[in-house]
Amino acid sequence: MAVKLMQGNDAIGWGAIAAGCRFYAGYPITPSTEVAEILSRELPKVGGKFIQMEDEIASMGAIIGARVGGLKSMTATSGPGFSLMQENIGYAAMTEIPCVVVNVQRLGPSTGQPTAASQGDVMQARWGTHGDHPIIALSPISVRQSFDLTVKAFDMSEKYRTPVILLADEIVGHMREPVDLPDFKTIKIFEQQVTESPATYKPFRNTPDGVPPLAPFGVGYRYHITGLFHNEDGFPTQNMAEIDPWLERVNTKLDKHIDDITLVEEDYQAEAKVAFLSYGASARTARHALKLARAQGKKVNMLTLFTIWPFPEKQVEALGESVDRIIVPEMNLGQLAYEVERMVGRKKVRRVGLANGEMVTPQMVLDAMEG
Amino acid sequence: MDETIQQVHGMESEEALIPQENWFELSETLQKLTKKRKFPTIWCSGCGIGIVMGALIRAIDRLGLDNDKVALVAGIGCTARMPGYLDFNTLHTTHGRALAFATGLKIARPDLKVIAIMGDGDALAIGGNHFIHAARRNLGITALVVNNAIYGMTGGQYSPTTPIGGRATTAPYGNIEPPFPICDLAIAAGATYVARSTVYHALELDKYLAEAIAKDGFSVIEAVSYCHTTFGRLNKLGTAADMMRALKDNSIPQSALDRLTPEEKAANTKIVRGKFIDIERPQYTQVYADLITRVQGGEL
Repeated sequence: MAVKLMQGNDAIGWGAIAAGCRFYAGYPITPSTEVAEILSRELPKVGGKFIQMEDEIASMGAIIGARVGGLKSMTATSGPGFSLMQENIGYAAMTEIPCVVVNVQRLGPSTGQPTAASQGDVMQARWGTHGDHPIIALSPISVRQSFDLTVKAFDMSEKYRTPVILLADEIVGHMREPVDLPDFKTIKIFEQQVTESPATYKPFRNTPDGVPPLAPFGVGYRYHITGLFHNEDGFPTQNMAEIDPWLERVNTKLDKHIDDITLVEEDYQAEAKVAFLSYGASARTARHALKLARAQGKKVNMLTLFTIWPFPEKQVEALGESVDRIIVPEMNLGQLAYEVERMVGRKKVRRVGLANGEMVTPQMVLDAMEG
Repeated sequence: MDETIQQVHGMESEEALIPQENWFELSETLQKLTKKRKFPTIWCSGCGIGIVMGALIRAIDRLGLDNDKVALVAGIGCTARMPGYLDFNTLHTTHGRALAFATGLKIARPDLKVIAIMGDGDALAIGGNHFIHAARRNLGITALVVNNAIYGMTGGQYSPTTPIGGRATTAPYGNIEPPFPICDLAIAAGATYVARSTVYHALELDKYLAEAIAKDGFSVIEAVSYCHTTFGRLNKLGTAADMMRALKDNSIPQSALDRLTPEEKAANTKIVRGKFIDIERPQYTQVYADLITRVQGGEL
């Protein structure tokens, strides 16, 4: 289209419009509010709907309700609001209602420092709601990627019938970069197709790919949705003969499509024995450190994760086999580093964590190469 | 009934052993509007919630609504299980959040009649915030609140409508908190149709429910019921029939109240039945549709 200066939060809003999002419900919270502001302005222009709810719990409920009604839906929030949304995120996972939850992370816990950056919700994105459940979380490292990953988030949520967390952070969310967004009409987006007749339709059918299509309410497919354990028809059940195959399907459905879901960038050098592994704003630090190290003639690998959950186990494990040390800078006290340790063993991992609102500096990453 | 009653939520129940010829025959209306395979319900024998469900069925039948164009949204609790027995688009959500989900659904599909079905704890304790804001917005949703003044499913804890002095498992010395007047709250918050009746006055409930569902605005029906299993037992109020009779004896229509002297009115402790408000205000989804038209037309 044309090069424009915009911040990550703006790009998320535009990404939602491009992805076909036509319903937004949210509650004001720093540092995510710009997403709501832009969508309150833009959604009516494309026939979409925006509502500012009474709290984040209601926002999360409303976006699930709207998607049940057939509209692609999104909310955006930050740490405290994300905590409030957890029960209904679990409901969306349980009932397999597609939706996108943007969390522009800020420093916590509690009110913390609303304007300070953090990546402290990595584990909350994975395990914030009670119970085992599949989830996808994506983390952008730039303004342009905030747009692209928002589109991806919608596509993945629709393809795999799951809530998708866009795990942004205050730095990328408020950082301004010149971007040239593509013409939205040229972007291929995924739309669910329900081909079955209402007479035989089962909203939770045990399909081979693990993802039965979701028919919207109001068009002839009358069925039941519940957060209770349910059978293929959607009715509550305590019958293990119905529960076991359903649990098996739901808890393995993302694994079946893991290559499509896993988004990483591998910038590897032959014979490198050290690697940087990061995501979000911290990956920008790591990439800067990478330039400095390579300028000094050092061989270093860089693995940037855009998909945080499901954790890219295959790629991290492979990296662990080729290097002796993996340095993980992040704006928390080691939340993703624990996952890396799980894959490659503690001895190979150097955590470079900060949870005080400051960014990890390139020098801190370089220092971790020594000793 | 042509199908054997097999399972209650997947478990063999005693009722499942009752020969099908001894089970009740479903009327044509019931067959059209219920998911008969799911009977019997989880409710205790003698519970008033089934009477409210009957009233809802008759109200929808009276309005001649297409099953596909009705959505029932419920939270958690005994009352919230109602949608699972009815043949519409049915959404059983999280505790207290029925109106939040219903808000999204109604905005996405304004053509649907959306009915949020909640108990008193669901609607007014954990869901109180959503209740007042849905009313304020005047969303085209009917809130059906079955008020039995107790948390039944968890075994009888005091709720926001338990009367002062009422005993509950968490109020062993009697409840010390004043109850919420549901209808007054709804009116103050902006609801455009508000009525109350009891499960003894089932036909009156039908009538109010039909009017509420037909209303294009936020409508509230308080269906006063009872829980003989918990509240009745803890407060020595007798059987379900005794508690039903009490609703008859201890309620008064608004029209009869209006004929009393101011002193008598002030002294009234009976449940007042009636339609308390029925006004017109712009309905949210219509207002938003107009907004879209004006934005797209360059007017805004």
